Order: sequence, then C-alpha cells, then structure tokens
Amino acid sequence: MANTTHDTAATLGHGADHAAQAAGHAAQSAGMPQLDLSTFANQIFWLVVALIAIYFILSRIALPRISGILADRQGKITSDLAAAEELKAKAVEAEKAYNEALANARAQAAKIIAEARAEIQADLDKAMAKADAEIAAKAAESAKRIEEIRANAAKTVAEVAREAAVEIVAMFGAQADEQAVAAAVEARLKG
Amino acid sequence: MATEDHSEGLVFHPMDQFMVKPLFGGDTVGMLTPTNVTLWMAITVLCIAGLFVFGTRGRAIVPSRTQSIAELAYGFVHKMVEDVAGKDALKFFPYIFTLFCFIVFSNMLGLLPKAFTTTSHIAVTGVLALAVFITVTAIGFIKNGASFLSLFWVSSAPLALRPVLAVIEIISYFVRPVSHSIRLAGNMMAGHAVIKVFAAFAPLVLFSAVGVVVTPLSILAITAMYGLEVVVAFIQAYVFTILTCVYLKDALHPHH
Repeated sequence: MANTTHDTAATLGHGADHAAQAAGHAAQSAGMPQLDLSTFANQIFWLVVALIAIYFILSRIALPRISGILADRQGKITSDLAAAEELKAKAVEAEKAYNEALANARAQAAKIIAEARAEIQADLDKAMAKADAEIAAKAAESAKRIEEIRANAAKTVAEVAREAAVEIVAMFGAQADEQAVAAAVEARLKG
Repeated sequence: MATEDHSEGLVFHPMDQFMVKPLFGGDTVGMLTPTNVTLWMAITVLCIAGLFVFGTRGRAIVPSRTQSIAELAYGFVHKMVEDVAGKDALKFFPYIFTLFCFIVFSNMLGLLPKAFTTTSHIAVTGVLALAVFITVTAIGFIKNGASFLSLFWVSSAPLALRPVLAVIEIISYFVRPVSHSIRLAGNMMAGHAVIKVFAAFAPLVLFSAVGVVVTPLSILAITAMYGLEVVVAFIQAYVFTILTCVYLKDALHPHH
C-alpha cells in the first residue's frame, strides 16, 4: 500500500483536484479498503483465531460460571422463601402458645383470687363469731353484776329503813323491838 | 499516517480508517502478519474475557456491577435463543453467544476514537455469516435428513404455486448470508464514514469565515451521529444474533 493512497487530500476549494485524486485512489483500491482482496486472508485468519479464543473462554469458563451463579441465586431465593414460610408458621404457632399460656395464667389467677377471698371470708366469719361470743359473755357478766348490785341495793335499803325506823321510834321515846321493826319494814318493802 | 497537510485546507479521508495495516511497519499484508485487525480483535477478546471471566470472579449471589452486566448479557441472549429458536436450540447457545459478544464488542470498540472497526469489513462479517449459513444448513440436514428440504416446499400454498414459491424460497435462502453480512458491515462502515466526513468539516473555522457556522454544526452532527452509532452498534449485533436464531429455528423445525 503506497503512501500515495493517503495523499488523496482534497480541499474545499480544489474540487477538481479532489475528483482527479479520488479517481486515482479508486483505481488503486477500488475506493474501499473493504474490497481489497489482498487483506482478506489476514482478516479471516485473525477472525478465526479470535472467534475460537472467545468460544473457548466463554464455553469453558464464563458460561458455566454464570449459569452456576444464576442457578445458585434461584436456589437461594427458593430456599429462603421456604425458610421464611417456615418461620412464619413458627411465629403463628408461638403466638398461639403465648395466647394459650396467657389464658391459662388468667384462669389460674382468678382461681387463686377466689380461693384467697373464700379463705379471708372464712377467717372473718370465725373472728366475728368469736367476737360475738365474747361480747355475749361480757354482756351476761355485766347483767349478773347489775343484778347483784340491785340485790345489794335492796338489801341495803331494808337495812337503812329498819335502822331509820328504830331511830324514829326511839325519838318518839319508845323502846322499839328490833325484831318487830324489822318485820314491819320487811312487810312494808314487800308491799 | 499520511501527509495530513492542514495548511492546504480540509482533508477528506473518510475511508482511510478502514485500511488494514501491518502493526510493525512494512507494506505487505500476509495471512499471518500482525495487523490492526489483529490488535483490535485481541482487544475484543480481552474485553470479553474481562467482562465474563474477570467480572464474574466473585460468583456473588448479590452481583457486583460488572457481574450484573455479564449476567444481563447472558440472560438477554439466552432468552433470545430460547424464545426465537426454541428450547432444543439452547445447546447452540455458546456458539450464538460467541457471535453476539464478538460483534457487540467489536462494534462498540470501533467507536473509540482512532479505533479500527473489524466488523466494518465484509471479509469479517462474510465469514461470520457464512459460518452461520453453513452450520445451520448442516444442522438442518443432520437433524431432519431430506425432509429439511420441505423448508422450501410451502405446503400451505396452493399446489400450483408451490414450485414457483420453492424457487423463490431457495433463492432467498441462499441470499441470506449475503444480506446477513452486508447489513452488518454496511451499517458499521457507513456510520463511521459519515462521522469522518463531518470530522473533516470541523476544522473549517481555521481556514475560512464560513467555518464559524460550519464548525459548530459539524461538531453537533458528529455528536448526534456518534449517539446514533452507539445505538446502531448494539442493534446490529442484536439483529445479527436474532437472525442467526431465526435461521437456526428453520433448521431445527423446517416445517412451516
């Protein structure tokens, strides 16, 4: 390829030159390097070398690797989804168990409260009964004491009356028979 | 490079970027000569290895950015093969993925400034398309035997039309590798050449007052074309791959 091929420089202002030189160019390489048959063998040889290299790089290394990556990813996604599904089921189960435990605990608590209330009530009833009994005993004792006091008081009244009667009789200057006075006072008190 | 004599004015070499040149000097391009083709194909191979081998070295369940890209590319082509050519075509997936990777990386690397676009050469795309054509035809005959020929016998058409349709089908079958290869090379070449033409207009402001208008316009055009070319680079790789899948489907299931 002679350098004259490259010399087909044309200026805008030298159209005629351009045409002439382009014609010369065309005569040498038919205008298109693509049609220069002398380079075909070279291009085809290197093309075949390149294609074989690419084919082996791709089919031996790259394509198995990429399809492996894609399969791995698909597998990972599938297994992750399955795992997520399983975990969700577990969570639902756990919630159920939790609710059950909560209900059980509530029932237990209610039972314990009822028991405690019944126990307290029983204790209270017992204490009330005891207090009532004590109060009754105290009242009975008080009543007895009042009765005693009343009896004493009656007796004292009779005595006082007798003594007073004796005194009164004595004042009138008579000797009173103590026994008679006593009988009279007694009769009077009873009357 | 050649004499880029700016003092003379604008320099148009829209096709020079496609020249196959020996890397280490000399004029002759023999079959084994390391050329810019060798260099850019080697870069393509390295980039593919970098993305798909180095990028996936972590084998992470939660992928890194590079690993995501590798996985996306894998998934994209894998789904395409499965959807278009059917499940039984998946054993050809490494072959199709090789084609897709080579084309998409060559196209994209070709967009780097000063790069050489290997897929802009009919010699390269022609070999790719012929390889597909021959492989697919061979698979068709191996899988289906002589009944592969029923691909050309449109049994849903009226009987009288079938011979005519068979001729058309056969012609279109053999035109496949031509359109398959020229579509890719043509797209790549045209876009790069157009960018180069706009690029030649860009320094006009240095020589002429008209450049005040032309230079920003051409830079804008280069930017727009570049964006378009990025899209085209991907779409052409996609189109080449999906057509390969379609042809493979015809080979595996020739009955309409």
